[in-house]
Amino acid sequence: MKKLLTSNEAVAEAVRIAKPDVIAAYPITPQSPIVEKLSEMVESGKLDSKFVRVESEHSAMGVVIGAATAGARVFTATSSHGLAYMYEMCWWAAGSRLPVVMALAARSIGAPWNIHGDHLDLMSMRDLGWIISVAENAQEAFDMTLNAFLLSEDVSIPVAVAIDGFTMSHTAEVVKLRQIDIPPRKQAYRILPGMEVALNAVTFGEARMLARYDLARDLENSADLIEKKYGGLVEEYRLEDADYAVVVTGGLSGDVKDAVDMLRDEGVKIGVMRLRFIRPFPKKAVRNLPPQVLVVDRANTDLRGVLSVEVAACGVDNKNVVAGIGGRYPTVDELYSCLRRFVDGRLSDVEWLI
Amino acid sequence: MRLEPLFSRATAGSAGETGSWRNFKPVVDLKKCSGCKECFYYCPEGVIEVRDVARIDYRFCKGCGVCQMVCRQKAITMVQEE
Repeated sequence: MKKLLTSNEAVAEAVRIAKPDVIAAYPITPQSPIVEKLSEMVESGKLDSKFVRVESEHSAMGVVIGAATAGARVFTATSSHGLAYMYEMCWWAAGSRLPVVMALAARSIGAPWNIHGDHLDLMSMRDLGWIISVAENAQEAFDMTLNAFLLSEDVSIPVAVAIDGFTMSHTAEVVKLRQIDIPPRKQAYRILPGMEVALNAVTFGEARMLARYDLARDLENSADLIEKKYGGLVEEYRLEDADYAVVVTGGLSGDVKDAVDMLRDEGVKIGVMRLRFIRPFPKKAVRNLPPQVLVVDRANTDLRGVLSVEVAACGVDNKNVVAGIGGRYPTVDELYSCLRRFVDGRLSDVEWLI
Repeated sequence: MRLEPLFSRATAGSAGETGSWRNFKPVVDLKKCSGCKECFYYCPEGVIEVRDVARIDYRFCKGCGVCQMVCRQKAITMVQEE
């Protein structure tokens, strides 16, 4: 069945099909329509989930962690300051090895106050120990969300699905809905009434080091499963014979592809590696890039853009453009001129598209 | 995936025996102790057992002194460790 859906609505449709037992979320722009849709589905009886109204995002993640501990399939969604408020509990979800699915409508974090899209909230999730997928369009938002439930339960690691605030969250596209019979919940352990056990009491000695080591290895190894079952870590666009590559993630990738098409028309051998997942980081694919690499980032460190640092950490030298912070979206023409200068060797090491 | 680091189960001194760092230990005057169990209820380490009188398991007692504070008979004194 095909429907005209925003990425927010596409996420909600995928959640409906995954039938979580418990949903808890607090409203925040631009994520709110996801849980508004879900609460309507619960109200009308279309979705048989327990919808828990909470007083904050910290509590929302607390509720889904508690429910997941008892074996419930769970979902939450947030954005920006909501993620910041929830941040502490995100660590507990990953460290406890609980399958949890969260949608993130990526948005800037103040100050200055700004509700528009960038990847600074998303990139703050890098070290949590979550699997992080980043959709390019509403169709992928749907597919990734549905897959997130299966993937998270396969490896007992929480999975986030990011969509770009407004350019995706509030923009309608045609989405093909895939109806599946979701398999029974899988997870590494459950704590049920009558079990005399405490989860996550204070530990001494090597316990945390071992747990963190195992999570890091399992996260790294989930790459193989994602390649086999869940559509792969990257999408390669016109890369097969390329001398130049642009690395990018999220909805901006579509504009970068348009700019690449313009250069292809002029005979430049350039392509795009779009990161569908940023955790686990697609290091094998990145190491196979052509020699000339440009990374387009929507989040920065003091050194360079976040993804540029990560690509460099894979041993791949790259030029870097920081763009699209706080909804300052680059146009295709701007991206084209950037790429043109990159190909001509006139782009400096790190440039901000201001 | 090792799950043991995540779980703990109720056992005496689950974080290990106290060892040598306790400065003061509570000593019960068995003549004064009435067996009322007040110390048993308050002990945060659960190391006091009361049948007729209170007995303290010094392997796990941390020497916090709560039992001395709550004892209605003033039967417990904190004695400096040697």
